[in-house]
Amino acid sequence: MTAARKPRTSASWRTVYGGPLLLGVLSIAGLLSALFSEGAGRYFSWLALGAPVALTAWFFARRRRG
Amino acid sequence: MVTGAASRRVSPTNGSADAREAALKARTVRIWSVVHTWSSLISTLFLLLLCITGLPLIFHHEIDELLGYDPKPEIVQPGTAKRSIDEIARTALAHDPGRVLQYILWDKDEPGTIIAFTNSKVDGDPDATTLRAYDAHTAKPLGSVGGGPMLIFLKLHVDMFAGQPGKLFLGAMGFLFLIAIISGVVLYWPFTRRLSFGTLRDKSRRIAWFDWHNLLGAITIAWALVVGATGVINTLAEVMLNQWKANELADMVKPYAGKPPPVHLASLDTTLDKARKTAPGMNVSFVAFPGTPFTSSHHFAVFMRGDTPLTSRLLKPVLLDGETGEVSDARDLPVYLKALLVSQPLHFGDYGGMPLKIIWALLDVMTIVVIGSGLYLWIVKRRKHRSHAIAGQPLLQPSE
Repeated sequence: MTAARKPRTSASWRTVYGGPLLLGVLSIAGLLSALFSEGAGRYFSWLALGAPVALTAWFFARRRRG
Repeated sequence: MVTGAASRRVSPTNGSADAREAALKARTVRIWSVVHTWSSLISTLFLLLLCITGLPLIFHHEIDELLGYDPKPEIVQPGTAKRSIDEIARTALAHDPGRVLQYILWDKDEPGTIIAFTNSKVDGDPDATTLRAYDAHTAKPLGSVGGGPMLIFLKLHVDMFAGQPGKLFLGAMGFLFLIAIISGVVLYWPFTRRLSFGTLRDKSRRIAWFDWHNLLGAITIAWALVVGATGVINTLAEVMLNQWKANELADMVKPYAGKPPPVHLASLDTTLDKARKTAPGMNVSFVAFPGTPFTSSHHFAVFMRGDTPLTSRLLKPVLLDGETGEVSDARDLPVYLKALLVSQPLHFGDYGGMPLKIIWALLDVMTIVVIGSGLYLWIVKRRKHRSHAIAGQPLLQPSE
């Protein structure tokens, strides 16, 4: 992921909005799954809504210093 | 929130194509910047209040339990018969002399507890309503429900102790929050297109907060939109209830128009039995006494619920004659009230166990950081704007 650390010179719809969109869809799926299913849906909601939080922690851990 | 003078943005890196694009988009970016800045600024203080009071409210059940505001029923032998609801109603009225019953509620998660709502009048001030728990098996009073510090947080969160106007005002602030999120999504492009997702730099305090604002904003978009929108819907609960009363309910009780309110109320047990027979396979969620906001002046409204996570929210009212307990009508709620009922758990985050509540709290804290960093960036931008204007230096650029 070293390339990701360099500022991009070209931007596309997918590189800018791809990540947030994916997380957004995952979040919505998680929000709804626990509402419609008490068993598996509940576990899925923890993963789906926990993923963005975990990803943030990961971004924080590998942030650029200096 | 770092808007700068987007109109002046000319990128030196990609030559004329980029410059042309910049010139075309500059005006749009500036308009969205103004929308984002002002929708955020106007609502910032109230959103911080909502996020901060909302944080303990996520765990209100656990906190109430800890502080003794969540009475527990006595442990009984399995198969012990439950007391009649008429007896519990008598006990409740004897406990609060001079008051009347408004609602009786069956706790979904605590089948041994029945909660009685009393007030000075059936349509009395909602803030004057007292909630007391009674043991379903012994009819003994178990203590009051929902008081204590959590009630203060709840009132601050719902209407800031300002009643219906306060509630609608917070609804408007929630609406501004939604506008801020959507405009933030639009601005995400010009401000982060040269950065990879998840970039966190600490070149300067401003850049560090700028990156956190973008990252946490992007991470929480879907959750914040859902919690924000369902919160706004919830502020309209009374409006929707009045709409239902003026239309569907009025239609259901048409044969009773002009009749005086019941003098002697029918037996609650008989009434509930008939309601259960009308909605087989459903359980009683709560019964509203004649004259309360949830029913007509003549009728008991018994609100039935299903037993899956979803159908337990979709209440079905059965209207029963207040004097005879005979069923008058039973109809599903209109779509807008169903939407309200389904949207409530999506706002509270109380439908997926403790792990979901913890995630809810973390997302709430992240939202607080987004709001706080946004405010910080605006203050810094203003300060820089002033000093740069004096020194004649270029301003901060969206593509930074």
